Amino acid sequence: MAKQLRAALTAFILLSLITGVLYPLLMTGIGQVFFPYQANGSLIVQDGQVVGSALIGQTTDDPAYFWWRPSAVNAMQGSSADALTASGATNYGWTNATLADQVVERAAAIRAAHNLPEDAPIPSDLLFASASGLDPHISPEAAALQIDRVAQARGLERAQVESLTTQYTEAPQFGILGQPRVNVLLLNLALDSIE
Amino acid sequence: MTTFEFLQIALYLGLLIVCTPLLGGYMARVFRGERNLLSFVLRPVENGLYRLIGIDSRAEQDWKAYAWAVILFNAVGFVFLFVLQLIQGYLPLNPAGLGNVEPFLAFNTATSFVTNTNWQAYAGETTLTYLTQMIGLTVQNFVSAATGIAVVVALIRGLIGRAGKSLGNFWVDLVRSTLYVLLPLSIILTILLIGQGVVQNFNAPAAATTLSGETQMLPQGAAASQIAIKQLGTNGGGFFNVNSAHPYENPTPFSNFLQMFSILVIPASLTYTYGVTVGSKPQGWAIFAAMFILFVLGLSVMLVSEYTPNPVVGGILPMEGKELRFGITNSILWGAATTVASNGSVSAMHSSFSPIAGGIALLNMMLGEVIFGGVGAGLYGMLIFVILTVFIAGLMVGRSPEYLGKKVEAGEVKMAILAILLPSAAILLFTALGVVTDAGLSSRTNMGAHGFSEVLYAFTSGAANNGSAFAGLNANTPFYNTLIGIAMWIGRFGVILPVLAIAGSMAGKQIAPASAGTFPTDSPLFVVLLIAVILIVGALTFFPALSLGPIVEQLLALNAQTF
Repeated sequence: MAKQLRAALTAFILLSLITGVLYPLLMTGIGQVFFPYQANGSLIVQDGQVVGSALIGQTTDDPAYFWWRPSAVNAMQGSSADALTASGATNYGWTNATLADQVVERAAAIRAAHNLPEDAPIPSDLLFASASGLDPHISPEAAALQIDRVAQARGLERAQVESLTTQYTEAPQFGILGQPRVNVLLLNLALDSIE
Repeated sequence: MTTFEFLQIALYLGLLIVCTPLLGGYMARVFRGERNLLSFVLRPVENGLYRLIGIDSRAEQDWKAYAWAVILFNAVGFVFLFVLQLIQGYLPLNPAGLGNVEPFLAFNTATSFVTNTNWQAYAGETTLTYLTQMIGLTVQNFVSAATGIAVVVALIRGLIGRAGKSLGNFWVDLVRSTLYVLLPLSIILTILLIGQGVVQNFNAPAAATTLSGETQMLPQGAAASQIAIKQLGTNGGGFFNVNSAHPYENPTPFSNFLQMFSILVIPASLTYTYGVTVGSKPQGWAIFAAMFILFVLGLSVMLVSEYTPNPVVGGILPMEGKELRFGITNSILWGAATTVASNGSVSAMHSSFSPIAGGIALLNMMLGEVIFGGVGAGLYGMLIFVILTVFIAGLMVGRSPEYLGKKVEAGEVKMAILAILLPSAAILLFTALGVVTDAGLSSRTNMGAHGFSEVLYAFTSGAANNGSAFAGLNANTPFYNTLIGIAMWIGRFGVILPVLAIAGSMAGKQIAPASAGTFPTDSPLFVVLLIAVILIVGALTFFPALSLGPIVEQLLALNAQTF
């Protein structure tokens, strides 16, 4: 038994060194050398300042910007400098009354902001909160719905905003994986760079 | 569903079938100690490790010695991880300045990672330091998976042993699983994931000024290396709170595909390893077929259910708790893979799935995590059902049951029943406790039938060593941290110990040549019987509980009733 315990201790220490120290350090080294942008959070820097990550959603109610999906955490609105941006979902089930109310409210708010008739269908990604609370994408339909509003608020031609939207619509990866989607932060930054 | 979405599922299933013999054949060579693809690099490392550990790699262990080695190794791992969390605030690699973990949560988390459950009652990015994630969690991700593989390898040796007592050597199996299987696959996957945008650094959180002028503090860390092994080792514990729904953990559809594939590839391949090792590939494919059919059946029901409009919200397709880059189909495919495989990572919130889809996720776990299952754990769990099926088939034709030429007797059947009953009892009894006490009920987010499902899911996930959650439940309370912790221990060692006991008693039996009266265990008929036994045992045990939760909730949703 004592021999087995000694084996347990040494095996644990050695395997910890290999899998818990060498392996992550080696992987960090490789990541930092070959994929420095990706390994460090896909951060977007403008004029020396980090304005966000290409992978992380934000939130805004400014009519001149495309809007993100609803979020269960207020992290997208930003957080104080000493509080980390957390991730989270509502976890509401199908029979949750709060969820049913939220969907009705969100639909009404979107219709009002876009001068849509009361029975206009709204893309479901704009009505439901994402899984991470940080979803960087919206559907092409959700973007199309917002084009008029953004063009108007910026005094731009509709066609100009539309072509930018098309430009920032990503196709399924390798033509097969996932679904078409629009990266909202990249699109909004592209809009800002027009003026 | 679009044609593209069917194609993605076909691609997933097809690749699984193709990779099973490739990886499975490789693993068979590894565990028999034969020369293989990587032995020219790894053999010297392996031998060096045996010298340092102080063991003779040819020394054989009987089942009791093997079991003691498993227990001692896991005990050491548990104590280390428990203490590490209690003092992490004083230790380095903590740029976010996180504090120590409180004892109940530390107990739950240490149990969770040692038992390969990876249930998380905490939010990764705001609770655990880089050091804890690295030398605590990443290590257990490897060695708990390696433990599972070792145990199934020991069971296989017992089944084919020719009247000896030896099950091999736990330390050898542990080292080989880690070095030859888990580590190389993890390295490849990590590099692919970093290329897709998964973070891998030791930086402090990155401060960003958003479009609306506010500050985002974006969490960083050595995530990719941990995520690779959490998928491959059917661990499932996320680096970040929302697991593989977090864009830093799973940024693209390709990273999503890779991670989904990694969940099932080792458990599926082990069936082939089994076939090769017992000297009859059809035996392995029969088990693969039973797993594959059950997986596709469950997946189909989940997809149909999820694409049925929810009348409560006016019949629009549900994107609550789902990420747009994955969409509904990939979210469900992941949900099916992660619950059959005792992985437990998520890319969408299971609590927000349609009630029946959530119910299938529950059922997948309740069946004992034998549909592919955890690495190693899935196969030894399935072999328990195989023994049960052989026994029942034997009763039906009035012949003494045998498997692979060895008689299955009262001792083995008792142990098999024990391994099935213990986790099931933990699920049902603890859930009952959860729904009659204030401590249990006050943690719910959803009311009505879904609130019951939250509690049922938590204990099912714990006892099945899965780790996924209906995460509306606030599980970070002394009540849940303690009870789910106990459920995880029962679900792990309440199965491992009977399995090793079976291995031990089978090892000592003579192999009788097959005769005309032998019931073939590699035939389609056997596959059907095996599936039937699994479903009947699962249905009888859990149908009442499922009726009270998901089934009644689906009926309520169809009537647009809310709570």
